[in-house]
Amino acid sequence: MSSSNPLRDVSDRRLPRIAGPSGLVIFGVTGDLSRKKLMPAVYDLANRGLLPPGFSLVGFARREWEDQDFCQVVHDAIKENARTPFREEVWQQLSQGFRFVPGTFDDDDAFRKLKATINELDKARGTGGNFAFYLSVPPKFFPTVVQQLKEHGLSEGQGDSWRRAVIEKPFGHDLESARELNHIIHQVFKPGDVFRIDHYLGKETVQNILALRFANTMFEPIWNRSYVDHVQITMAEDIGIGGRAGYYDGIGAARDVIQNHLLQLLALTAMEEPSSFDAKALVTEKLKVLKAVQLPGDLGAHTVRGQYTHGWQGGEEVLGYCEEEGISSDSRTDTYAAIKLSIDNRRWAGVPFYLRTGKRLGRRVTEIAVVFQRAPYSPFDTTDTHELGQNALVIRVQPDEGVTIRFGSKVPGTSMEIRDVTMDFAYGESFTTSSPEAYERLLLDVLLGDANLFPRHQEVEESWRILDPVEEYWDTHGKPEGYTAGTWGPRAADEMLARDGRSWRRP
Amino acid sequence: MNIDLTDTTSSQINSSLVKARRAAGSPAVGMVLTLIIVTDEGNHYDALKSASQASQEHPSRILVVIKRPGRSPRDRKLARLDAEVRVGGETGTSETVLLRLHGELAHHAHSVVLPLLLPDTPVVVWWPEDAPAHPNEDLLGKLAARRITDASATEDPVSTLALRAETYTPGDTDLAWTRITPWRSVLAAALDQRHAPVESAVVEGEAYNPSSELLALWLADRLKVPVARKVSAGPGLTAVRLTTGEGEICLHRADGSLAALKMPGQPDRHVALQRRETSELIAEELRRLDPDEAFAATVRFGAGRLGKQTIQPDTPNGARTAPAPGAPAAGRTAPRPEPKQESKREPEKPPAPAPRALESARPAPQGPSGSPGPSGSKQSSGGPGSPGTAGAPTPPPPPPGARPLGGTQPPGTDPGGPGPAGRPAP
Repeated sequence: MSSSNPLRDVSDRRLPRIAGPSGLVIFGVTGDLSRKKLMPAVYDLANRGLLPPGFSLVGFARREWEDQDFCQVVHDAIKENARTPFREEVWQQLSQGFRFVPGTFDDDDAFRKLKATINELDKARGTGGNFAFYLSVPPKFFPTVVQQLKEHGLSEGQGDSWRRAVIEKPFGHDLESARELNHIIHQVFKPGDVFRIDHYLGKETVQNILALRFANTMFEPIWNRSYVDHVQITMAEDIGIGGRAGYYDGIGAARDVIQNHLLQLLALTAMEEPSSFDAKALVTEKLKVLKAVQLPGDLGAHTVRGQYTHGWQGGEEVLGYCEEEGISSDSRTDTYAAIKLSIDNRRWAGVPFYLRTGKRLGRRVTEIAVVFQRAPYSPFDTTDTHELGQNALVIRVQPDEGVTIRFGSKVPGTSMEIRDVTMDFAYGESFTTSSPEAYERLLLDVLLGDANLFPRHQEVEESWRILDPVEEYWDTHGKPEGYTAGTWGPRAADEMLARDGRSWRRP
Repeated sequence: MNIDLTDTTSSQINSSLVKARRAAGSPAVGMVLTLIIVTDEGNHYDALKSASQASQEHPSRILVVIKRPGRSPRDRKLARLDAEVRVGGETGTSETVLLRLHGELAHHAHSVVLPLLLPDTPVVVWWPEDAPAHPNEDLLGKLAARRITDASATEDPVSTLALRAETYTPGDTDLAWTRITPWRSVLAAALDQRHAPVESAVVEGEAYNPSSELLALWLADRLKVPVARKVSAGPGLTAVRLTTGEGEICLHRADGSLAALKMPGQPDRHVALQRRETSELIAEELRRLDPDEAFAATVRFGAGRLGKQTIQPDTPNGARTAPAPGAPAAGRTAPRPEPKQESKREPEKPPAPAPRALESARPAPQGPSGSPGPSGSKQSSGGPGSPGTAGAPTPPPPPPGARPLGGTQPPGTDPGGPGPAGRPAP
């Protein structure tokens, strides 16, 4: 399309990618995600001039709203949460394309009205029949919604217009359910038109993993078993389950986080260089490395789960998991999970990857730490290097995005004493103070049809293949160990690493 | 933290910078570039404000060179450097140094600036006004990978553009070009959609606006069609109309903020097209520091067109740059030697009999730069024939060498051109 456009030129690098005529339909538009992330992202994109003229947003939810009420909700959400300053003229042109369709998912009338709305927008706003359906609803509604879309002829565009489906995690709760879910969605939408949002992949720091590894020369030569001792991938949250009891209980930390976010981070950290940066080449490499991931033989010794208990966190008294509203007092759901994985290929054989995640931990942090081996021989006395740890390269995914390198340095003074110091690169310092939100990038990519940053269904299924045996083992063996809220997890997790002669970083 | 230094040197400034950074608690340097602003006492405030805002996105060391050569011979003989170092506080992660160069020193700014550049990071120099004629030969310009000028801040923007074309060196860029990025991106996005081939175009904008000049050149260069220009009341650019076989594609912005995009067979759509602050322009400039080839192509394309107008209207086209002046086709081939581009410049299709030309509408007897009437461009709409009248039966009276912008010529005068069949399908 653009290749025949005389105004496009690869050497003209100022021109941004603007999505073609299109619209976005959000199911479950009254939800938190929609108000806190999606609506502000739409506005920020418009403000940056990246949305097509005539872009339209259709909300679908069970509310008796008129278009104006919906506008007001979006307006408030944008005022509160948008990243870029509010500009009246941007709002004016954007809000002309807001529509609201009230109804439930099994309501045929509502879908007929949705169809009429889409047709009306094509006429009034020139959206050209191109629509993305964002399913910001619990997965149990997916089958109903996609079936309704199909029955009302909404899932396929006329001519060369497109229809895309955007879905959020969880993508099932085990391999079987994930396959079923994929099956249901692929009956209606082509696999290439289904975009699975893992908002971590939209983050600048995560995209930077690839830049760091493959655009530089100084890291890749040591990015292998000859130099790397082990890798720790951590995603810690300081919050509890909040109002998500209904969703979270029975799912737990491993399914909620490890299956998608952490295994994706692992794949990006460990994969080989893709032949190009198109979606297909990336998926090929990610799949290859995920297929090489192996669980430890003794799951009891190398996996840990925990559950937070009553305690004090950051100056606040917080409830234990079993005391939270809507959770039964004998719930065995894990709020902390740590597993050891190995990757059986030439690059990584023998290098353990430790993944951990949890709620109500010390602080909110996501990071990837590549810990290097000690120098094979040290000319210094052991007392000199007593305080020297292992070199490490830490990719801070959030917050305070950046990269830290830890290495030894001589302490000034007469004696030879070597201590760890860090060298720091902070995004906020070297680049913009407000880099685009992950959802901005991902929504734009959906409209552009660029699938680079979206996990494909094979990856989802492969991730479940890795996690399922762990969950099965946990179901039949014991129960989660308690850990006090505000600490760094259960003691068993520390023991798990101590058994390997290692310890967790304090992130 | 602010440190004032009177009668100082670059090395004292450097140690003040280190001291100030330590005091601010962040000795590490995360700055990605050095931005030099060359200005005078009267203009430095606005320029620095814009640069500081831009540095929110691109943490940088900002060196403001304020020249005070002095008015009396006695003042001119003395040489003194005063500096004001600002670190932390509202400068964020950036550092600002105001350098006041008194007397003789005003002519040796590079000697002050050189020791203050951040090691191993790009240098950008920006002349908010009074840019040197040859930015690349300026001693400060030589230090920089990127040289930012602003044609719209000059007395005669159009001849300034001609000058920029003539002295273009990779790394040069002009804010007049930066200003049209949003227009270009919306137009490019509009043509991403299915459309009939564009036959001619009109660019409307206020007088003395080098941006409309550049936009017209860019469209003519890329679309290979005649582009007429029309003066409107502004503000800034007000409309671009592309005539296609199916109707008109029109991007119209009356109020400087909200534009309407009309395309044949589609409803009118609105798009926010805000006139941007200088700080946003600078931020865009700093986003990429490699040579802007699109700007180079556009401004060089203009060399055959603008240059002719501002130099000698009756000298054969392309005499300045072409080895074979006089030949009608000289202007087509000379300014751009690259063969692939040359072939791209062949006319899209046999043109209408008398497309209205950019130059032909200008007052022909325009003298060399500095002649009365800083910009002839404002006259163009008042010329004969209304703009966008490709195919209009009344040909404008072109001066001998004048040719339509876009290189479209009546069929037959184009020897050896591949013609429409030789072009890739649009």
